Amino acid sequence: MSSLDFDVAHLLSGLMVLVCFLMLYQDRLYSLLNTFALHAVVLALAVAWQAYIQAAPHLYVTAAIALLFKGGFIPIALHRLIRRMEIHREVEIVGGVGVTMLFGLALVALSISVMLPVTSSAGTLAREDLAFALSVVLLGLLMMITRRNAVSQVVGFMTLENGLVLAATGAKGMPLVVEISVAFSILIAFIVIGIFLFRIRERFDTVDVSALDTFRGDRQ
Amino acid sequence: MALISDYLVQGVQMLLVLALAPLVTGVVRKVKARLLRRRGASVWQPYRDLLRLIRKEAVIAENASWLFRAAPYLIFAATWVAASLAPTFASGLMFSWAADLIAIVALLGSARFFQTLAGLDIGTSFGGIGSSREVMIASLAEPALLMVAFTLSLLAHSTQLSSIIEVTQSPAVGLRISLAMVLVSLVLVALAENARIPVDNPATHLELTMVHEAMVLEYSGRHLAMIEFGAALKLLLYMSLIGGIFVPVGMARSGDPWPAYFVGMGAYVAKLGVGAVALGVFETAIAKMRVFRVPEFLGGALMLGFLAILLLFVSRGHL
Repeated sequence: MSSLDFDVAHLLSGLMVLVCFLMLYQDRLYSLLNTFALHAVVLALAVAWQAYIQAAPHLYVTAAIALLFKGGFIPIALHRLIRRMEIHREVEIVGGVGVTMLFGLALVALSISVMLPVTSSAGTLAREDLAFALSVVLLGLLMMITRRNAVSQVVGFMTLENGLVLAATGAKGMPLVVEISVAFSILIAFIVIGIFLFRIRERFDTVDVSALDTFRGDRQ
Repeated sequence: MALISDYLVQGVQMLLVLALAPLVTGVVRKVKARLLRRRGASVWQPYRDLLRLIRKEAVIAENASWLFRAAPYLIFAATWVAASLAPTFASGLMFSWAADLIAIVALLGSARFFQTLAGLDIGTSFGGIGSSREVMIASLAEPALLMVAFTLSLLAHSTQLSSIIEVTQSPAVGLRISLAMVLVSLVLVALAENARIPVDNPATHLELTMVHEAMVLEYSGRHLAMIEFGAALKLLLYMSLIGGIFVPVGMARSGDPWPAYFVGMGAYVAKLGVGAVALGVFETAIAKMRVFRVPEFLGGALMLGFLAILLLFVSRGHL
């Protein structure tokens, strides 16, 4: 493997982690969605590069799926959803951007320090790909935890899935069938969550999920 | 003979930064004025301002201590030394053993320390506000700058600027996301440290927003000239750092024949011109942010620096 191959792969997967941080930084829904679309585009580029250096043509399909569904369809649909629910002006409560950022950094450090010793027998490319993918997954989880707005929780979930795809393409040989079924399950999850969002709003006049807490049965 | 020419080149660099610093400030002001469709002052205006200030009488408040009078010279001296160590038109100069990134951070830090003390010295409320805000900004900008220094030194295995530039000049450096992150981080820090627009406005005297101007409000005459000159030098220093480390095109190396130095000087002036125009365009395009949002802005710089170090650690297996 030549140095340029490694450098570009490193660049793209590092960019994915960086865009994750950009997403944590956003406090408007529209800009969050745009950043998410950017994340998907970077993912598509990273996967396409993996396809090129591994000479695995089926990964190009994965990249196309990522670009079409996650970079195009889902952000546009969420944009429409937000406009229809008239929450596009809402500045959501994140609970301190700085604290979230620090948590995110700690998570990246954690995933690197966990992944590097565990995968010491694998090639450099797969190792760092896995480390970055784990950090993207953890950052997506962090986003789901720190956001109260249901739409941004959906975005956090999709980010997590992007991390999984990155991991799968780095570790050679995910069959195309799996990838297609994952893409469809994401779509179905998106539809379910969309319906769920409307239900929440019908009931509570808000998409802030903390409104659900008051309806919990077993409160200590 | 070699010794003499080494001294000569180092001396030329010290004089060059001194000669070019007001011009850079003038170009930035001119670009901003032209973008606002004003005619703007000539690019030579900062030189005339400095001359006028030096000729004028210095008015000093009654309760000013010796520190108030000494601070402008200390600030100017520290900034000048830092600027003459920064990479300009040639690497591997006479004093490049002292041109350490951390030393430059420390020199700028001590200049800022004296500036904030001088702001507090008179006891006016403006000086106090300015100093407290300056320290708040500095406490975030300096760690970010150190992160940048650490990333570069991890890459070059040295904190000396000349060896860092040798690494970034060599083709072995390749495509590195860490370098891109560090570049963005350094630009953000440079904007904050030079009191440029998203953080502070260098052209305002509105008490709600000023940081740097509030501290130097009591100064006049030659003291003010020294401080303004110091600020111009600082701007030049950051531009040279960014240009020297990330775009080391055309820089002469030690031992090169004479023409290489002239090429380096031309490239350096061109880099400064591009930097000044870019800064003017950026400042016109963006609005100033509230003082309390500055921590988020600089937190971003700190985060980028830290992330760059982490990513560098990951790829170290390959190095």
